[in-house]
Amino acid sequence: MADHRDGLPQGKKGNVLDRTASAPETFQDPGLPPHRPRSTDVDSGAAKRAERQVALLFAVSIIGSVLFFIGYFGIRVDGDIYSVTDPEATSALRLQNLLLGGGIALGMLGIGVGVVHWARTLMPDHELVEERHDVVTEAQRAEAEQIMGTILDESGIKRRPLIRNTLIGAAVLAPLPFVGLLRDLGPLDLTPLRHTLWEDGVRLVRDPSGTPIKASDVTLGSTFHVLPENLSGLSHDDGYLDEKAKAVVLLMRLDPDTVNVSPGREDWNVDGIFAYSKVCTHVGCPIALYEQRTHHLLCPCHQSTFDLANECEVIFGPASRPLPQLPISVDDEGYLVATGDFPEPVGPTYSQRVIAVNEMEEENGN
Amino acid sequence: MSASTTTSTHGTSAEYQADTNVGKIANFVDTRVGLSPIIKEFGRKIFPDHWSFMFGEVALYCFIILLLSGTFLAFWFDPTMATTEYTGNYVPMQGVEMSAAYASTLHISFDIRGGLFLRQLHHWAALLFSVAIMVHMARIFFTGAFRRPRELNWVVGCLLFVMALVAGFSGYSLPDDVLSGNGLRIVDGLARSIPLVGAYISMLIFGGEFPGHAIIGRMYIVHVFIVPVIILALIVVHLFMVVVHKHTQFPGPGRTENNVVGFPVGPVYAAKAGGFFFIVFGVLAAIASMVQINAIWNYGPYDPSPVQAGSQPDWYMLWTDGALRLMPGNWPFNWEWDLFNLVSLPMAVLLPILALTVFVIGMFIWPWVERWVTKDNRVHNILDRPRNAPTRTGLGVAAMVYYGVLMIAATGDLIATHFHVAVNDVIYLLRFLFFFGPIIAFIITRRICLSLQRKDREIVLHGRETGRVQQLAHGEFIEVHEPLDEYRRYTLVSYEDAQVMPAQENAKGKITGSEKVRGRLSRFFYEDRVAPVTPTELEAAHHEHAHDVDQLESAGSTSTRH
Repeated sequence: MADHRDGLPQGKKGNVLDRTASAPETFQDPGLPPHRPRSTDVDSGAAKRAERQVALLFAVSIIGSVLFFIGYFGIRVDGDIYSVTDPEATSALRLQNLLLGGGIALGMLGIGVGVVHWARTLMPDHELVEERHDVVTEAQRAEAEQIMGTILDESGIKRRPLIRNTLIGAAVLAPLPFVGLLRDLGPLDLTPLRHTLWEDGVRLVRDPSGTPIKASDVTLGSTFHVLPENLSGLSHDDGYLDEKAKAVVLLMRLDPDTVNVSPGREDWNVDGIFAYSKVCTHVGCPIALYEQRTHHLLCPCHQSTFDLANECEVIFGPASRPLPQLPISVDDEGYLVATGDFPEPVGPTYSQRVIAVNEMEEENGN
Repeated sequence: MSASTTTSTHGTSAEYQADTNVGKIANFVDTRVGLSPIIKEFGRKIFPDHWSFMFGEVALYCFIILLLSGTFLAFWFDPTMATTEYTGNYVPMQGVEMSAAYASTLHISFDIRGGLFLRQLHHWAALLFSVAIMVHMARIFFTGAFRRPRELNWVVGCLLFVMALVAGFSGYSLPDDVLSGNGLRIVDGLARSIPLVGAYISMLIFGGEFPGHAIIGRMYIVHVFIVPVIILALIVVHLFMVVVHKHTQFPGPGRTENNVVGFPVGPVYAAKAGGFFFIVFGVLAAIASMVQINAIWNYGPYDPSPVQAGSQPDWYMLWTDGALRLMPGNWPFNWEWDLFNLVSLPMAVLLPILALTVFVIGMFIWPWVERWVTKDNRVHNILDRPRNAPTRTGLGVAAMVYYGVLMIAATGDLIATHFHVAVNDVIYLLRFLFFFGPIIAFIITRRICLSLQRKDREIVLHGRETGRVQQLAHGEFIEVHEPLDEYRRYTLVSYEDAQVMPAQENAKGKITGSEKVRGRLSRFFYEDRVAPVTPTELEAAHHEHAHDVDQLESAGSTSTRH
């Protein structure tokens, strides 16, 4: 050992605290230390005391279980919860929850602490030694090998490759129907991801009241959570939430002088009133925070920050794409309306999004 | 009645007859199913005792409590997304349209006696379940308990860790409130990002577009059947392997690789472990009765439009959310890539998923990595004290820092609002720590381990500091050190002095490239090390001390050692 180590590099920082080169020797295992008696081992009074303590803890458990039933039958929670005018029921509910849970807690803790105390004080604390055995001995392995040989031999699987090969083929194919059955978990048509309820002439209405918005209502610095008017006709069974999840829009008026508008989008806003998709392009949370002074939109989930002054360009956080802008205008009655759907799919990127974007651009170009 | 023997049915030997009623029943069962061999095998089986061995137990007990409380909740919970108008007792939601899942959760909370308690017990138990699993894994890792023969059991444990996350998240989604719906929205965003097939996977998961009408029912079967069955099966395998291997034990006098020192199952260990179940249950019940958790009635039913600022997932999912928050999407260049105009690659989502995957895969394969580097294929039943494996301990702490940075990142917005700093600065700092934190933690931890080993050497060589200062004849002050007894000393010196193993030739006499890498890693592992004290060194040190003592005695001072 020592010779072997001498050939090894020393620690480069001189950190090795090594043994001297003398013959390696280790300390002898002194064996188990002598048992130290506990007070309950030598003092019968202490043992008696421990016994009473354990019994007391079990009694606490019994009291706890009774407490549960006092809470269960003794407290009546009648009437409205969280009612402003009548807080009685709410208080009763709170008290009941405390008594039920507290009763169970005492019932359990009494038993648990009691039993552990019993084990620690009154049961023997002599450490015992048990031998370990190898997980597998060589004799067992040889025997098992022989048995496996007999099994394989008797089955004849080695001698009859035709059976083996067809069995493998069958076993590979047999589970496939069950994978195939998963196909109908959902539709695979991705076109719904491209479109929302917005189209030319659809009014912008407030979320949740559903009232239309006049351009004059949108004052500088104010913000509106907006839905398409045609959403209100949808029932939950017809996919109300699915459509809402794509169509939600944030609307705010900005000072037109502070905003950069790219060519082709000049007529998408109404005198500085801009509408953007509220669905984050990162992983789809609703962008609910508008920092009025800085013209930033902030996603509360992952803090992606979008700059309203530059068409919602990403200035911080994990989002990679600007929020899609909804082109808007005003109708004859002065209400804000959309002049079309979003020009690109809203929400988080999906694997086929780039195909969708290219095709939608082509359609719009024609 | 007295015990008597009669001729058995075979007429060859006498059969045992019990005297008492209990004995008769026991004997009846024994002769039908064979209790005696089981009691013979397990009745006095020895388990080593150490406080750190109880974390796995906590996880097991939490799982039992989860099964119990979850079964009760399932009696009343309605896992459908059919729309209903709430007519229950909770005033703020009366008349609101919501899914049956959310309405039944309100019903459980406000109309079923003890329902709120059961919900809170279930949720708290789920949180403690994942805490216990992670702490247990840390204990296994830092003490080297994953080494042969327990590598496969480590893998089973890692699977349990992953399943606990799935169990937790699927359960969190069930009430169909705003917060859990936003969690599912993020799952949709993650699923969609998978190259080539992501959009289709999302469609299949949600049965169409998000949120659809299917997801709660599907999450329900995952949460109450698929995942619990898998967890249960894994626990059975996990415990079966513990029986096969017998428990590990810390080094110490009388403890060897070939024995187990501890207490027998009956009565001591059964009482302690059994009692501990009731303690865990009692503590969780006390928390559930007093501390509110997941007040879904405040959030409202799921609606894709609102979300609260400062929304966080349950703690075990924080690290996944944090990974998403740390990644810049548009810096230093745009991370949304298109492959040949055919496939969108949102790298700002895919890279965080990769960061999580690397962590999990690293966890699974670690026993084999260490075995390869150290070429240590021996059976280890004696644990390492973490300080005695400085590199492993350092790497473990580095992994914890990696995990911790991701976890803290998920609370970046709360840190910003509570400490009045910019959320951007918090994220910048955490981005730095994501890369450099683990390295710094590794270096510091390894240094601490080496120092602790040196301290152990000091204690063995020069004894325990007694705090008694005495003056020698010539005026020098010395502190009296008390030598260790041989039992304590053995605990401090009985670790293995692991050595660097340079690259070795293979059978053809060639040093392969991978072997060179292994050799370098071996040097990285063991180059800095502190060897245990040998008896020779101890003797030399004692000579020195004897000199001091002689001086003390010749000076006429009273040596308390005698």
